[in-house]
Amino acid sequence: MTTYQELIKQTALADDRYIVMTAENRAVIKELPPVLGPRFIDTGITEQTMIGMAAGLALRGRIPVCHALTTFLIYRAYEFVRTDVGIAHLPVKLSAWIAGFLSDGNGPTHQAIEDVALMRTIPGMTVFCPSDNDDMLKMLPEIWASPHPAYVRLNTRPDVYGKHTPFKTGVAEVISEGADVTILTYGMLLEETLKAVEILKNKGLSVGLLNMRSLKPVDEQAILKVAANSKLLVTVEDHFLTGGLYSIVAEVFLKNRTTADVLPMALDEKWFKPGLLSEVLKYEGFTGEQIAERILKKVGAAIPA
Amino acid sequence: MTESKHKELKDRAFKVREHILRMSTDGGCFTGASLSCADLIVYLYSGFLNVNKDNLKDPARDYLLLSKGHDVPALYGTFVELGWMDKDRLKNHLKSNDSIYWHPNRNIPGIEFHSGSLGHLPSVGLGIAMDNRLRGLNNRVVVITGDGELDEGSVWETLHVASAYKMNNLTIVVDRNHFQANMKTEELIPLEPLADKFEAFGCAVQRVDGHDFEALENAFSALPFHKEKPSVIIADTVRGKGLPSIEARADRWFCNFKPEEVESLLKELYGEAETTLTSETLTVR
Repeated sequence: MTTYQELIKQTALADDRYIVMTAENRAVIKELPPVLGPRFIDTGITEQTMIGMAAGLALRGRIPVCHALTTFLIYRAYEFVRTDVGIAHLPVKLSAWIAGFLSDGNGPTHQAIEDVALMRTIPGMTVFCPSDNDDMLKMLPEIWASPHPAYVRLNTRPDVYGKHTPFKTGVAEVISEGADVTILTYGMLLEETLKAVEILKNKGLSVGLLNMRSLKPVDEQAILKVAANSKLLVTVEDHFLTGGLYSIVAEVFLKNRTTADVLPMALDEKWFKPGLLSEVLKYEGFTGEQIAERILKKVGAAIPA
Repeated sequence: MTESKHKELKDRAFKVREHILRMSTDGGCFTGASLSCADLIVYLYSGFLNVNKDNLKDPARDYLLLSKGHDVPALYGTFVELGWMDKDRLKNHLKSNDSIYWHPNRNIPGIEFHSGSLGHLPSVGLGIAMDNRLRGLNNRVVVITGDGELDEGSVWETLHVASAYKMNNLTIVVDRNHFQANMKTEELIPLEPLADKFEAFGCAVQRVDGHDFEALENAFSALPFHKEKPSVIIADTVRGKGLPSIEARADRWFCNFKPEEVESLLKELYGEAETTLTSETLTVR
């Protein structure tokens, strides 16, 4: 299985409970209508109707997988997600496109940078952020097969790591372990943090990296372990500072009566400057080099070069 | 409709109104909005819908969804009269030991989906209707909306989609009691010409007197009105129907009567007394 479309096609062909829905966003599922026939439902540009309809279908034992750009899928239809899917705890699967920096040149109307915050507040909703295409294809089968509602920041970008481990809900992927610094990240920023780790290692630092994958449920043990074993934690996310990974880490610490030095890299009370993705990363300070620089500045004299 | 069937429905509707009134104290409920659709709900559950307490898990059953939600006392009253629900259970209204509160929820057998937020169940109903079509079942999905609820854009969005997919197994019934929460619809956001609006959205429409069982039977037995369109029944009703002292009043939507007022209203229901109401009116909730 090499593409999202192939995965969802095979999944739906093998199990007729699956219904593929879209609110007129077919970019990566455009070959499915003739394959799935009436189990492919395009509701037009109607996110609220799509989600309410998905709830009705799920009530009847179906597993609807709903596609739209993130801001419209879960913000326009937020109350439908919360009220129809959330309250009834139905297995509706939200496949959200261009979340975070992936909306690149669209502008703030399309910037889903509070998605993790909003989705994780819904009781029973699960939240997942794959780091690349390979990671996503490893994660989705378990997410779709679960009886819970699920929000997924889809990510079809080429494999940046090359050896993603099998996925388990609520378990982070440990890319490396380090005594000086551990970076915690999710989604497309794994690529830049991998670069940052190389730079920091070349500066003689012992650097760990966690690909969180599952933000709800979150891997509390992994967070507590790196907090105990690293001098500095760094959360890197294309999300508002409020409600995302930095907040999750803080909640885990409070719950476990512990703390750590944490450097957050997130969007603090601001939208990001739209442009080509490479421009966005550079302007907002999220390239591998910039992430490494910010970390080096923070650790400064504390760690010998 | 036979005379005996008509009498059966009428008697049942009186009983349902009694239950609504008894729930309209000690915290109260949406009395006016429940009374307006009591006849409609009694009619639907007295033989029209293929649903009974023994087939509530049957995928081939008919579905009734209360989209306006705050009319649920009328449904609970009907469940009691049909023997689906123990009458004493209504005394648990608003008590934390049960799930009987101001809006529907699936903890009560017979309630298909929760509501309370307006403009949701047309789309949920559309999903159920679509599943019926996929399974090759021809059971019906009936969604009761309020008229004020039609202010919500999501209702029209869903009609647009239902019409595109030619969902003739979906029926929207509007409890057209001419009031939204605090005001007459026509004085706030006018809805008329309402039938024209539904028709423009690709629906086949009939308009009936929502308190006339004969008229309701004529309309519902003609479903679907068109083989390639969703059907809409605009049921003209009266807020507070059956109780002259609260009928068609903007301030008697949600009612929390004093116990003695309930007793007087119960007599008024059967034409035996008039009621002087002094209980506080709630115009905003």
